[in-house]
Order: sequence, then C-alpha cells, then structure tokens
Amino acid sequence: MRPCPCRTKRRPGWPWAPASSAARSVSATLSLSPQRLAPPDPAWRRRINACVVFLVLLWPMLVFSEFKPWILFDSQSLAASGRFLAGFLHPVLGREFLGIVLVNTWQTVAIASAGLALAMLGAIPATLIVTERLSISRLGRGRMRPAAALVRHSVRSLLVLLRSVPELVWALLFVRVIGLGPTAGVLAIALTYSGMLGKVYAEILESSSAHGTDTLLANGSGRIAAFLFGALPESASELVSYTVYRWECAIRGSAVMGFVGAGGLGQRMDEATRNMAGGEVATILIVFVLLVALADLVSKLLRRRLG
Amino acid sequence: MAVPTYRLEQLTVRHPGAAAGAAPALDAIDLVVAQGEQLAVIGPSGAGKTSLLATLSCTRAPDMGRLQVFGADPWTLGETARHQLRARQCLAPQTPPLPPRQRVVTAVLAARLPQWSVWQALVSLVKPSDPQAAFEALQRFGLGDKLYARVDRLSGGERQRCGLARLLLSDAEVFLVDEPLSALDPTLSQLTIASLQQEAAARNATLVCSLHQVEVARASFSRIVGLRAGRIVFDLPREQVTDTMIAALYQNEAFDAPLPVPHETPARLAVGACF
Repeated sequence: MRPCPCRTKRRPGWPWAPASSAARSVSATLSLSPQRLAPPDPAWRRRINACVVFLVLLWPMLVFSEFKPWILFDSQSLAASGRFLAGFLHPVLGREFLGIVLVNTWQTVAIASAGLALAMLGAIPATLIVTERLSISRLGRGRMRPAAALVRHSVRSLLVLLRSVPELVWALLFVRVIGLGPTAGVLAIALTYSGMLGKVYAEILESSSAHGTDTLLANGSGRIAAFLFGALPESASELVSYTVYRWECAIRGSAVMGFVGAGGLGQRMDEATRNMAGGEVATILIVFVLLVALADLVSKLLRRRLG
Repeated sequence: MAVPTYRLEQLTVRHPGAAAGAAPALDAIDLVVAQGEQLAVIGPSGAGKTSLLATLSCTRAPDMGRLQVFGADPWTLGETARHQLRARQCLAPQTPPLPPRQRVVTAVLAARLPQWSVWQALVSLVKPSDPQAAFEALQRFGLGDKLYARVDRLSGGERQRCGLARLLLSDAEVFLVDEPLSALDPTLSQLTIASLQQEAAARNATLVCSLHQVEVARASFSRIVGLRAGRIVFDLPREQVTDTMIAALYQNEAFDAPLPVPHETPARLAVGACF
C-alpha cells in the first residue's frame, strides 16, 4: 500500500570517484595485493534502470492527462478562483440552517455507518475464503486443492466486480430501483466497500507474520479458529485502522452520492451549490472537516487500545 | 504388536521451492518411533532436524519413500483425515508462535482449538474458558505469574516456555519439540526438559525433541538420533553413543563447506531491498 522509499529516494552519488579508479587499476596489476576497495553495489545499476523506465513511462501519461499546472496561475484563473472562494468566507451559521445541517449530518453518519456495517458483513466471510494463509489444503504440498482454488478465485473476482463499479453508479441504480433517499446510499456503500474491505483485509492478513497461524493449522485447528487465535491478534490494529479509514471514506462518498439524490449532507450541498449559496457550502464543508477529524481521533484511540 | 507412532522408510524430503539438483533436506531416512518413546534428535545446524519435525507433523509432504503416522500414510488420506492426524500431534516450533498482542492465557489455551467448536473459540477469546488449566501448565514452567500478561511483555526465554506450556494443554499423543532450550539458561533448561518428559511419560505420549545441547540430550534422553546433511548417522541408546561419534557428527561443521566466492552477486536480489 505504501510505496517503497527506494522508488523515490536515490543515494546521491556514484561512490567511485575518478581518483579511486586509478587505485583499482593498481590493485589489478598487483593481483596478489589485498583488495582495498569494497566491491560495487550490484543493485545500483538496476535501481538506475528502474528510475529511467519509470520516467519514460511517466512522460506520456503527463502528456495524455493534459497536465499543465501553470494554467492555475494565470491572472484569469486566479480571478475566477478568487471569486469562487470569496463566497466561502462567510459560512452560514443561522440557527435554522444549522438545525437542518445537524439533521443531515446525522443522516450522513447513519448512511456511512450502516453502509460500512453491511459491507463488513459481506467482506469478512469473503476475507476468510480468499486469504490463502488460512488454507488447510496448502499445508505440506504448498498448493491448494483445485476445488478450493476455484472457490477462492471466484470470490476474488466477485470482490473485483463489486469494487470496480464506482459507488456513484450503484447509487444511481438504486435510486432508480428504490427511489430517492438514504437507502440507496447505504446499499451503494455496502456493495462497493465490501469489495474494497474484502481485498484489503485479505492483504493485511497475508502480509502479517504467518508463524502463529501456520503453527495452529499444523497442530490441527480449523481455519476460523486459526484466524481468531493467530491472524487476528497479529494484525488487529491494522484491520481496525483500515476499517475506520473506510468509514471516513464512506462519509465523503455519501456526500458525492447526495448529488444523485441519495440523501444526507450531500443532497444539502447539491442544493446549496445550485443556489450559488457559497456560505452554505462552506458550513457543510466545515462539518465534513469535523467528521474526518473525528474519524481520525477514533482510529487513534482504538489503535492505542489495541497497539 | 502395537502400531508405532511413526514409521519412516527411505524417506526423502526436499526443501519447498528448492532447485531440482539441490541436496534434499532429508535423504532416505529410516526411523521407527514407538508410542510413548522419548528421543532426542541432534546434529549440526542445517542437518534437517526442523525438516524432520515438519515431515512428522504432516506439514511437509515427502518426495519419496514411505511415511506412516499412527499406522496410516497421511498423504494418501483425504484432507479431513489428514488434518485429524495433525490434531493428534502437537508441534512446538523453535521460535514461539505467539502473536505479540495476545495474552499468555489465550496463547496457551489455543492448544485446545482442535477440540473446540468455532463458537467455543469465540467465547474463549472474550472470556478464557479454562484459566485454571492454563495456570497449572504455566506453573510447571515457572511462569504462573504471567497468566494475564501480554506476550510482547515477556522476555525471549519466557516466550519460549510459554510456547511449551501450550503443549501441556493440548490432548496430543505426540509432542514434537524443536530446540526448546535455545533461549534458556542451564537451570531453566533442566526444569523445562524435565517438565516435558514428565508430562509425556504421564500420558504415554511420544516425545521427539531436537536439541543443540548434546550434553542435555545424553543426560535426559534414552534414545539419541544423530542427523547430518539430511541422513541419520546413528540411532542408538545413549549408552552406546560415544564421544567419538559426537565429534564426528559435528566435525568441521563450519569449515567443510567451500568458502563462498567473495562479493559474488546474489542470483536474485531481494525485491524491494532498500539498503
């Protein structure tokens, strides 16, 4: 998930100064003299090559994506963004509007929480099936029974399908089926996020230490027992941290889905932007900042408790 | 005649993922272990002690030869039957397999998982189901006061004994123990080996214990198997094991191998190697 620092950081220079190449030729002629220089790093050339390949691939992507950041800074753009942002300087804090925002905030939190709970309901069984480390048939021969591999593969593809359709599209679909309102948002989050949670839960479990789980399986426990007593305590804090992060994403996601009529703060924001009411948009954005900060705090407290 | 716990005939086991021409981890091994027998496996590092224990615990499939565990060939049995064979043995690896954030009581009670239903396992995560048994097992290794401590608060030696206390909680008929003394001082080593042997004798369980401490092996175990380069060099009652045999077993361990070519580029650099 995190990029390896070696992709971005390079050691500053080639360690062989020209002076030392003379020394090397001397030691080559006197083959009996002890080697004075450390041998060259065999990984260095490969790293340089990877860097060049990366740049060569990146360039056409920048061109195709029309990446021209300097446009942001010409006078016309600056004036336009200035006018837009000026509307935000005075958030609406009237009692009536704050009341509406509070009700909608509660609805947004409810959509995100209910959606995430449903998503976990789908993701946890999928994780238990997909995680290869919990496979019993793999023990000894290193490969799984074909039937088990097939089940694992099909659940994995189902997860890909669920998360590759954006939640906005699911929301549009459910708004058609169920009608306007929060239920469409809850279902959209549940479907997309079960795909994401299932994949990342499995990857977190696979990347933690295998020793505990492997030994429990080797001593004859079942896969769910091995998960509960081996893999779960090994990576509980990572799992919790990712789940709370997804809750945060669900809050943002429900805002976007509000624009297609799936309820909550997003729907309020949609109305406010259509009425060009910058102050109302500003108030709603402040609420979002507070919610994300709250999620951050909850994650920190939970991780400290588990850490 | 009773069925032996293990019967190995010309058993060859390769390292998983090893190249085709590489030397096997175990090379044509013959070994019979009776139920209730206690034996020590000694030999230099890399001799195949851990591979032997993995093969016995049915977690590594042999490549050639015959393996019988409790009179059955685990690798011709079905998946479920093989897993039931695994539940009749208890393997304690050299590095204790304890998740750092788990409490000692939970880690020790995990030995009962093969007998528990999923529901019992879940309940025991919330409220340990038999703390008294866990406490008694820990007491025998001098760890009674650590019952509710977290594993990551234990020292290396305490962790190792905690992993061994798990053996006592399982209802296994075989204890497979990999270097139980690697993190212990001589006094604790004696206590630990004695606890393991008493427990095994009390329930007539087979005890197979790999050891680096030759003196401990000769003092405590009546049968000693010497392993070197994947082959059994000797398999004798301890009275017949001589100092010469031990010396030959460990002879030139470090110097026999050809010196590695200096500064040879590794065949495959570690993926993501950053330093």
